[in-house]
Amino acid sequence: MTTNSLPPEPNNLWQPKRGLNKRVEQAIIWLFGLFALISVATTFGIVLSLLFETVEFFKDVPLWNFFTDRQWTPLFSNPQFGILVLLSATFLTSLIALLVAVPLGLLSAIYLSEYASPRLRKWLKPALEILAGVPTVVYGYFALLLVTPFLQIFIPQLGGFNALSAGIVMGIAITPLIASLSEDAIYAVPSALRDGSYALGLTKRETIFGVVLPAALSGIVASVILAVSRAVGETMIVALAAGQNPRLGLNPFVPVMTMTAYIVQVSLGDTPAGSIAFKSIFAVGMTLFLLTLVFNIISFWFVRKFRETYE
Amino acid sequence: MTSQSVSPVATEAALRAKNVSVYYGSTLAVRDVNLDIFKNEITAFIGPSGCGKSTLLRCFNRTNDLIRGARVEGKAMFHGTDLYAKDVDPVYVRRRIGMVFQKPNPFTKSIYENIAFAARINGYKGDMDELVENSLRRAALWDEVKDKLRQSGLSLSGGQQQRLCIARTIAIEPEVILMDEPCSALDPISTLQIEELMKELESRYTIVIVTHNMQQASRISDRTAFFNAEATESGNKVGYLVEYGDTEKIFNDPSEQATQDYVSGRFG
Repeated sequence: MTTNSLPPEPNNLWQPKRGLNKRVEQAIIWLFGLFALISVATTFGIVLSLLFETVEFFKDVPLWNFFTDRQWTPLFSNPQFGILVLLSATFLTSLIALLVAVPLGLLSAIYLSEYASPRLRKWLKPALEILAGVPTVVYGYFALLLVTPFLQIFIPQLGGFNALSAGIVMGIAITPLIASLSEDAIYAVPSALRDGSYALGLTKRETIFGVVLPAALSGIVASVILAVSRAVGETMIVALAAGQNPRLGLNPFVPVMTMTAYIVQVSLGDTPAGSIAFKSIFAVGMTLFLLTLVFNIISFWFVRKFRETYE
Repeated sequence: MTSQSVSPVATEAALRAKNVSVYYGSTLAVRDVNLDIFKNEITAFIGPSGCGKSTLLRCFNRTNDLIRGARVEGKAMFHGTDLYAKDVDPVYVRRRIGMVFQKPNPFTKSIYENIAFAARINGYKGDMDELVENSLRRAALWDEVKDKLRQSGLSLSGGQQQRLCIARTIAIEPEVILMDEPCSALDPISTLQIEELMKELESRYTIVIVTHNMQQASRISDRTAFFNAEATESGNKVGYLVEYGDTEKIFNDPSEQATQDYVSGRFG
């Protein structure tokens, strides 16, 4: 029974049953807190396990060599681990992906929020988001078996595995992310701002590019940065279509090996646990993790700093 | 106080509504309005909510076009030209007939850019710094913002934001300024500043203001139009013009009982 020190009510019609209340509330708080903790704990667990093996790796390979070597030859008798090799491939495929995804995603977002009729928008937006639901392994084979042969018609010197088609298809894969998030940002710009611009004798195009997009900039940039971290971490498409050849450089026509593709290769192969090659995937994983973390922090900071607050 | 030297024949009608009705979809919102708005005067639209005064106001610069399903019947004319004629581009209409909204809506740009932006796009060829300064001076905002022109327009207070919106409107030199309850989101002091500003602007512009504040209408306007709403059989409210005349007459000696009841505060 709950006691309370208020004066008694004039009649006894109101008798809530809250006997267990206090304990249930407490239990719920603990339970929910536990679930919230699980995701945080998992993240910490991952980082710790990465860190542990990474430290082991850097006992054998000096940090300096890791960042300056220009070869990635983990299975040679005199192995070299120059992360720049894998980094250049990741950079190249991500850059190509962004060159595809940013214009495509942004233009779709502008069309959807500003030009499409409400009925069309109702259909088009979910359809676009379905693209995001396609398994990446399907995209990978799409790149390998369709896009590459097609591109070879125009670029005869294009290898069977190459950064170009992997990048293009990856761009298609992350387009919905940019389109959907940017569209949300553009759609959220108050219509009062548009009205204000129209009332000054501006056309629709001038209003969109001069008023609406600048107002939605923080959301748009955040979506692009999120897409960058998706592209950097994307695995299946590049593992299948970009090849497995560690090669330093930015030639999009030849096979390359991204960081993620390397991790896949080692994980699937028969590299003995504890060997230097095995430990190297943790170092690469750590690099990937830090890279995406930095992008996410930039995105977070950018949104905080540039978000416009409308009354 | 309002001067009573105005007479309908002496000044030119800048805007004219001839049998104007506005529909939203199939719903009639305002029915059959006829009125003339005279040059270099302040005309106030008053009336209870839902009486269509804002809707009518929006007809005059074709802002209703931006609302899906809105349709205007009859003629809204600007110096004798039908604003809804086929060869009239609404973009140019709005360039000549500006609008200030209920809630201040400065752009997410610097104070300077809030004014320079539309002027630049509209092809202003003069000295931009001068235009910004003059517009801000005429909007009685210059002294408050002259040292922070690079700051965001959103950093200003509500009253300052509204004056910034007025400044950017007058920067592009419209002939008419439509004001849709410009003070309803502002405190009394900011309201007073805006009212003083409107009196200043009257000599150069034709101003139409929608207001819920009857004291405001009687303080600043030369003419007042009183609108009322009646319920139709389907339950919608349809607005119509009850009475239009010199402000002093509307407030002191209206011809219609409904006007008398409204301005004396008996309803609405």
